[in-house]
Amino acid sequence: MHDYADIFARSFGLILTGDPGLWSVVLLSLRVSLSAVAISALLGMPLGALLAMARFPGRQPLIVLINALMGIPPVVVGLIAYLLLSRSGPLGVLGLLYTPAAMIIAQTVLVLPIVAALTRQQIEQLHAEYGEQLRSFGVRGLRAVPTLLWEGRHGLTTTLLAGFGRAIAEVGAVIIVGGNINHVTRVMTTAIALETSRGNLALALALGAILILIAVGVNAVVTMLSLSAGRGTRG
Amino acid sequence: MSAGGAERGTGRESIRRALTWIAALLLSLLAGALLFVAGITGGGVPAPEQARFVILQSTTSTRNSGLLDAILPVFEAETGIEVRVVAVGTGQALRNARNGDGDVLMVHSRADEEAFVAEGWGVARHDLMYNDFVIVGPEQDPAGIAGMGDAVAALARIAARGARFVSRGDDSGTHKAELRLWAEAGVDVAAASGGWYLETGAGMGAALNMALGLDAYTLSDRASWASFANRGRHRVLVEGDERLFNQYGVILVNPARHPHVRAEEGQRFIDWLLGPRGQGLIAAFRVNGQQLFFPNAR
Repeated sequence: MHDYADIFARSFGLILTGDPGLWSVVLLSLRVSLSAVAISALLGMPLGALLAMARFPGRQPLIVLINALMGIPPVVVGLIAYLLLSRSGPLGVLGLLYTPAAMIIAQTVLVLPIVAALTRQQIEQLHAEYGEQLRSFGVRGLRAVPTLLWEGRHGLTTTLLAGFGRAIAEVGAVIIVGGNINHVTRVMTTAIALETSRGNLALALALGAILILIAVGVNAVVTMLSLSAGRGTRG
Repeated sequence: MSAGGAERGTGRESIRRALTWIAALLLSLLAGALLFVAGITGGGVPAPEQARFVILQSTTSTRNSGLLDAILPVFEAETGIEVRVVAVGTGQALRNARNGDGDVLMVHSRADEEAFVAEGWGVARHDLMYNDFVIVGPEQDPAGIAGMGDAVAALARIAARGARFVSRGDDSGTHKAELRLWAEAGVDVAAASGGWYLETGAGMGAALNMALGLDAYTLSDRASWASFANRGRHRVLVEGDERLFNQYGVILVNPARHPHVRAEEGQRFIDWLLGPRGQGLIAAFRVNGQQLFFPNAR
C-alpha cells in the first residue's frame, strides 16, 4: 500500500529544503494563529482582570458565559463568521471572506474566551492569596492588577499557549471562512483535511507530524523566553 | 511564588516593572503578528487594486482529481488572472454563489444549475465537460452486483440484501444523482438510514474512506475514484449505464444581483474554458494514463 517511511522522509525533506509550497502553508498557519493569540491577549487579559477585580451586576453570569464559550465548536464559529462576512451578510462590504483576515477573526473568537476565562481565574486566585498583603502596602482595587498579572506571568504564559494550541489545531472554522484556497488561505489543518479526502493518508499524516513539530517549537521558544525573563528580573 | 516574591512585587517599583513586562509581552506578540500580517511570508493577500483574480466555487472532484491544478496555471500564465478555488459540494457551491461569495461556478447538477440561472442568480449556464458515475464496492461483493449494466437494478439488489451503502448525504451533485437512482429503483432510503444506508454528510473522499473502512458500497464520480490513492480492495463494480452520465456546467454569477462580482475576469475565464484552449487541456488531462473528463462545450 503506502510506503509511510518514504513519504515521511520526503515531507520532512520538503521542509528542510525550504519547499516554497509547504513553507507558505506553514507560515500562513503561524501567521493566522499567532495573530489571533495576540489580539486575544490584548483584549482577553484586561477583560479577565476586570472580571476578577471589579464587582458589577451581571458579573457572575458573564463569567459563566465566558467559561462556557471555551468549549464553543470551531465549526459553529466558522458558520457565524461566514454569515457575518458573506457578501450577503452585514459585514460583506468589507470583502474579507476567503482571506487570512477572516481566518484571524474566527480564531480570535475561539481563543479570546480561553484567555479571558483563565486570566480571570488566575488573577482571582492570586488576589485571594495576596490581596491582604497588597492592601497593607496601600495597593488596592484595580491598582493591584499589574502586580497580580506580574506574579501570575508564568500561568498567563501557559494560558496564551493553550489559546495558541486551540487556534493552530482547529480546522472547522478556517475551512469555512478561508475556503482552503491554495496559496491564499490554505493552512496546515486544511491541507491535512484535503490530503485525507484525496486518500493520500501517508502525506496527511506527515503533514500532521510537521504540525506537531511546529507546536512543540512554538512552546519551546515561549518557555525559554519565559524562563529567561524570570531569571533576568529576579537576579 | 513565595511571600518574599509578593513582598518584592509590591509598591511603585513593582508596578512599573509589571507594566514594562506586560508592555513588552504585548509588543512582541504584536510585532510578531504584524510581521506576519505584513506578508513577509509571501503568502499574503495582495492589495485589492493589484490583484486580478476570480473566486471559483467548484465541486470537489475537479480539484481532488488534480484537473484544476493542471489547467489553472495555464490560464493564469496566459491572462494574469488568478483563479482562487473554493471546492465544496455542488449544493454548497450554489448556496455560496447565491450569497455572492464567488464569481464563477463549476458544478454538476444540471436541474439545480438551470434553476439557479432561471432565478436570476447566474448569467447563463454552459455545458463544460462530462464523465460518469460508478458504483464502487468491496471485492467480495456481498450483494453480487459486479458486472451489472443496470445501475438501478444493482442498487435495488444492494437494498434487497441490506448490504451497507455509504451515501454522501450532503446535497452535492453526486448525492443528488444517487437519490435519483434510488427513486427510480423504488427504494425508500430514508427509512433505511442508520441501518444499511449510511449518510456521512461529507465530501467524496471522506465517503470513499468510510466505504473502505466499512466494506460498503458507494456511488462516486469516476474522476474522484480514479485519482483516489487509498483504494484498498475496493473495485468499480457497476459502470456504463447511461443513467450514470455526469455533466459538468459552468456559470457566471450575475453581476446584476451582486455588483461586486468580477464579471469581466469571470467571463474571460469561462470563455477560455469553453474555447479550444480550455477544452483541449481538459481532454489532455490524464491520471495514470486515464482520461477523466471529456469536454463537450458547444
